Amino acid sequence: MIKRAYFKSSYLPYLLILPQVLITLTFFYWPALQGLIQSFLLSDPFGQSSKFVWFYNYLEIFRDPLYLKSIVTTVVFSLAVASVSISLGLFIATMANRALQATALVRTLLIWPYAVAPAISGILWLFLLHPSYGVVALGINTWFGAEWNPVLNGNDAMIMITMAASWKQISYNFVFFMAGLQAIPKSLIEAAAIDGASPFKRFWAITFPLLSPTFFFLSVMNIIYSFFETFGVIHTVTQGGPGGSTNILVYKVYQDGFVGLNLGSSSAQSVVLMSLIILITVLQFKYVEKKVQYTG
Amino acid sequence: MRSARGKVVDTMIKNFNESQSEYVVVGTNKGNYDEVMNAGVAAFRAKKQPHILQVFEVGTQTMMMSGAIYPVYKLMSDTGNVVDWSNYLQAVLSYYMDADGNLMSMPFNSSTPIMYYNVSMFEKAGIKPLSKTEPITWDQLGEITKKLVDSGISPAGMVTAWQSWTQIENYSAIHNVAFASKSNGYEGLDCELTINNPQVIHHIEMLKEWTKDKRFMYGGQKYQGPKAEFIAQNAAVYMDSVSGIAKLKKAVKDFKWDAAPMPVEASMKKPQNSIIGGASLWVLNGHTKKEYEGVAAFFQFLASNEMQGYWHKETGYFPITTNAYNDLKEKGYFKENPLQAVGIDQLNRAVPTKISRGLRLGYFVQIRNIINEELELVWNGKKSPKEALDNAAARSNVQLRTFEKTYN
Repeated sequence: MIKRAYFKSSYLPYLLILPQVLITLTFFYWPALQGLIQSFLLSDPFGQSSKFVWFYNYLEIFRDPLYLKSIVTTVVFSLAVASVSISLGLFIATMANRALQATALVRTLLIWPYAVAPAISGILWLFLLHPSYGVVALGINTWFGAEWNPVLNGNDAMIMITMAASWKQISYNFVFFMAGLQAIPKSLIEAAAIDGASPFKRFWAITFPLLSPTFFFLSVMNIIYSFFETFGVIHTVTQGGPGGSTNILVYKVYQDGFVGLNLGSSSAQSVVLMSLIILITVLQFKYVEKKVQYTG
Repeated sequence: MRSARGKVVDTMIKNFNESQSEYVVVGTNKGNYDEVMNAGVAAFRAKKQPHILQVFEVGTQTMMMSGAIYPVYKLMSDTGNVVDWSNYLQAVLSYYMDADGNLMSMPFNSSTPIMYYNVSMFEKAGIKPLSKTEPITWDQLGEITKKLVDSGISPAGMVTAWQSWTQIENYSAIHNVAFASKSNGYEGLDCELTINNPQVIHHIEMLKEWTKDKRFMYGGQKYQGPKAEFIAQNAAVYMDSVSGIAKLKKAVKDFKWDAAPMPVEASMKKPQNSIIGGASLWVLNGHTKKEYEGVAAFFQFLASNEMQGYWHKETGYFPITTNAYNDLKEKGYFKENPLQAVGIDQLNRAVPTKISRGLRLGYFVQIRNIINEELELVWNGKKSPKEALDNAAARSNVQLRTFEKTYN
């Protein structure tokens, strides 16, 4: 006897997934389609006139050397954010996983920053690192004699937004690594310890491979996070400056579309951005996932 | 408009509603300028547009070309209101006129940049206080800032807020140098930026030179950074909009400060008016005649001496009519508040020319961003002033061509 539930009628399953499909169609596919159509048009914001211009908007953005620079900036920024926040998240999770007295408290406190919105995180870091009124910036410049000036120096600005964007993401990564670590059977590690493996060796030979699904999942999530959700950080901290050195793609879409009301160009940029993120995710699944070991 | 200024607007609306029984005005706050513009666009597309939309000055061209507006001069004549436009501050009005001198939108909140300076530091260095009406020259400012920095009285000389607006747009207007061809874009969408002219290049070169000995310090694109430097006494001179008066009054406790007109090149014997920033009120299409009569009545009410006086006193934005200005003057207001006269005098010191009346550019927001970006590359030494301004003009022209293509 088959214990599996099955549906006799052919339309019921469709009916059951209908709400989900409708929501996806209305809130994802429809706007995405609108964006796609808009990217082939030149139109005034009030929608009084619009013209079909084929690939004019696409040609214009790729002809713009600053757009290409913005792609590079975005890639550098997202790699920096993903590697900083994943490595620190993993480090803290490994530390916190040891039996501490106040484990619950430590864990709770470490998760808190995730509740902070990116824009707020940006403001907090700005108050620390702004050359005119930042407390830490003042310290760096007076005690260390360094020339810390993110308002003028592109690299300083990049470091500042990377810190602000990574800081809150560390907590997110921490939670997942923590859960991953808890799922690793103690017996494996103990067996290795008996065999004389050092803590470092145990981590690389046992813990790390067993964490690889978490690691993979987080790398995808962090890249997507740094592509899109860091908007708030950029908006509050640098507004893309100085000299466009922190102008990541999603911020450029906002500036050209929402502020500048150039809907065609900003739609074309959105389409490029969307294609880019799809490409990256596909590549991640195709190549990186092969190295992931899922325990059954 | 938000917070304190928002309350002033609410009071004006309330006064209007109470002054007559025929019309009721309802004010809604949709956020900052960008958000208001987008809310207006969305409402218009949904055919639920308001009668009046407040739009910042850089959106003027977009609004004019939108086909969604009812020009104010037309609204006034269609509804039988006779308005003596010569009674308005011309430098304010001209920003919102078309090439033929017809007023497209109603000026509302207007400001202009002036130069604030630290009086305590000036005294310490033995520098005389500056005149409130006669501008000093840029060379003089160079000497003053040199004295202040060399003597160690101030860590840096000058800072400026809104660099594109103060150092290029207003600099060009004051010196009657075209910012763009076709009379700054008033006479055609096929205009091109001309900011890479020798005079502006020279000005930026001078500022770049000043950064080397700290006579000029770059504090960021907006006003927060530069303002903080001025308040912390890291810089002795600070250029910003007249709306800075209220901000400084609130924040500065431990030193004396004052304001003067923006500096002028020595070669410019009769400097032009500076240009404004701020926003104006646009009337949108698609409502009934009766309702438009209400809008016209509301505009007339706003332009009254009483409302303009109240508006100016509460917010520091300029009164838009000379009547209201004279009214305030007669009541001795400017004697008591000499700071407030600095900007108005600077606006009124000359009849606006085709070049100093304002700027009319498509995608002006993007163009300002481009200018900001390129100037930052000058300040951090990546580009020479000429390269940066050439590049800014070239990049802006691409934006202008796209804008032109959209409407042709």
